[in-house]
Amino acid sequence: MKVEPFLWLMISCSLLIIAFILIPLFEMVAQPTAAAMAETFQDADVLRSILFSLSTAAAAAVISFVLGTPFAYLLARRTFPGKKIMESVVDLPIMIPHPVVGIALLSIAGRNHWIGQYLQAMGITLMGTATGIIAVMTFVGIPFYINTVKAGFESIPVRAENVARSLGASRSGAFFRVTFPLAWRSMVVGMIMCMARGISEFGAIVIVAYHPMVASVMIYERFTAYGIKYSQPVAVWLILICLFLFLLLRFFSIQPKSTT
Amino acid sequence: MIQLRDLSVKLPGFTLKEINLTVEKGEFFTLLGPTGAGKTLILESISGMIPIHRGTITINGKDVSKMPPERRGVGIVYQDSALFPHLSVRKNIFFGLRYHGKTVRQSGKELDAVIQWFSLEHLLDRSVENLSGGEKQRVAMARALAVDPSVLLLDEPLSALDPSFREEIRDNLKTLHEETGITVLMVTHDFVEAHYLAQRAAVLNAGLIEQTGTVADVFYRPSTPFVARFVGMKNIFPAKIDKDVAWVDDLQFTIPHSDNGFRKYVAIRPEDICVSRTNISKIATNVFNATITRIFNKGIYCDIRLDVSGTVFQSLLPSSALYRMNLAEGETVCITFTPERVHVL
Repeated sequence: MKVEPFLWLMISCSLLIIAFILIPLFEMVAQPTAAAMAETFQDADVLRSILFSLSTAAAAAVISFVLGTPFAYLLARRTFPGKKIMESVVDLPIMIPHPVVGIALLSIAGRNHWIGQYLQAMGITLMGTATGIIAVMTFVGIPFYINTVKAGFESIPVRAENVARSLGASRSGAFFRVTFPLAWRSMVVGMIMCMARGISEFGAIVIVAYHPMVASVMIYERFTAYGIKYSQPVAVWLILICLFLFLLLRFFSIQPKSTT
Repeated sequence: MIQLRDLSVKLPGFTLKEINLTVEKGEFFTLLGPTGAGKTLILESISGMIPIHRGTITINGKDVSKMPPERRGVGIVYQDSALFPHLSVRKNIFFGLRYHGKTVRQSGKELDAVIQWFSLEHLLDRSVENLSGGEKQRVAMARALAVDPSVLLLDEPLSALDPSFREEIRDNLKTLHEETGITVLMVTHDFVEAHYLAQRAAVLNAGLIEQTGTVADVFYRPSTPFVARFVGMKNIFPAKIDKDVAWVDDLQFTIPHSDNGFRKYVAIRPEDICVSRTNISKIATNVFNATITRIFNKGIYCDIRLDVSGTVFQSLLPSSALYRMNLAEGETVCITFTPERVHVL
């Protein structure tokens, strides 16, 4: 059978993109020796920075879950004036250059801003703290959470909630007994995406908090101080962790097959 | 009893205008109308899913217009069943019990009766996702009835079903209504369902009620050209009317005596137009020579278009009759209809 030129175009573009993504990553993963990898993993600084990245990103994901779920539900279920604008605001952090995010957060956290004064009065500092890093990660990750969960809510028919209410459930009863059990999978996926986004963030974190050091900043520091060879093992460990998160995401995003 | 008084609902691009409707206690009432007429909107207003703009909704004498849905005591069954896919059949049916101060043990006998009624005993532990359309709809009805609602709203409950299931559920509904005497308001666009199940009906068009009456009234005595068209009166002609005579262009009909000078249309059901090969003008009134312009074979019935001096009539004949008379397009035949079958509107 003769293959159409258009099909060839599609296949070659797809292969090119896959190669573009995989070859550099594969090369980097393949280059460090097992000894270097083991040595890096025993390096307390590296381990600490990776665990710190994971814990701060997890905190950002939990904040997104708590604050983002009601917001996503509102966007999925209600129409109101300004809804489109609100949706655009949610997407803003995806568009803004990363260092700008850091600068923007610092500018409201300083002494000259009323929010900064208020935060200081409560003993909260963003500059150079885990709180600052979590704030940055939440800022860049929450759009992914909200958009994923909103799509999850939208896929659940309003009629199911309506019937629940006609059967006597209050609005919250219908949410917790019908909507939540049907949407939790999208919430897990949203949290993993938010977390992955947080772990991968560098530009904004390096402005808000160089120390305590997250993994991405540690990789950058090793690269600038010692060169590519020393930064690679740390990067590989980070990639492996991100891959694990990605596998989790795939696992949760696949709907279970219904059983007879 | 359900009473709607001057009910208005405003949605972007659609308005329900001053709906007045009474469904008597124990009555089976159908809301008829084309897609987009606002039928489901009326059901959702009654059940409290949609806020109303003006007017009142009363259920069994209690004004529920401002009550949240969970306090209205209204059961609703949608076309697509809207079952909870994460729960088993049993948990779907028992879903509402806790909100009505009931437990499965307390209401055991009633629940058993509902479950038996819909023959769901063997399905109780199944996941609802693997049920057939008919089974899903039976579960949806059992779920609505398990909490003993004061009225039951049905939103085209049969239209998504295969014909065999449709008859089964329709029979279920009929006996259910006869035996429990529950007040039912059903939305449909199917006349067979309306005829079979309901005592009275209302026809809705673009957010307005065009006619309310017994199902027979709506079907045989439509009050507006829209209702006439909707109930399948294909032959609707603007006419000049004078007592018992109507003129449609140059054709003169004998009609039942009409004293209302404002009436401007005559309408005849296609099945009331008889076609014959012999001229029967000596023994019948309203007899015209007609040319068969088209014959549409629709299986059991044939839809025949007949031209009488430029006015085209539509007749519905059993296919067997068409075969027996050996009719073909282009032939000249005789058509007739009795004056009583001419409806003036």
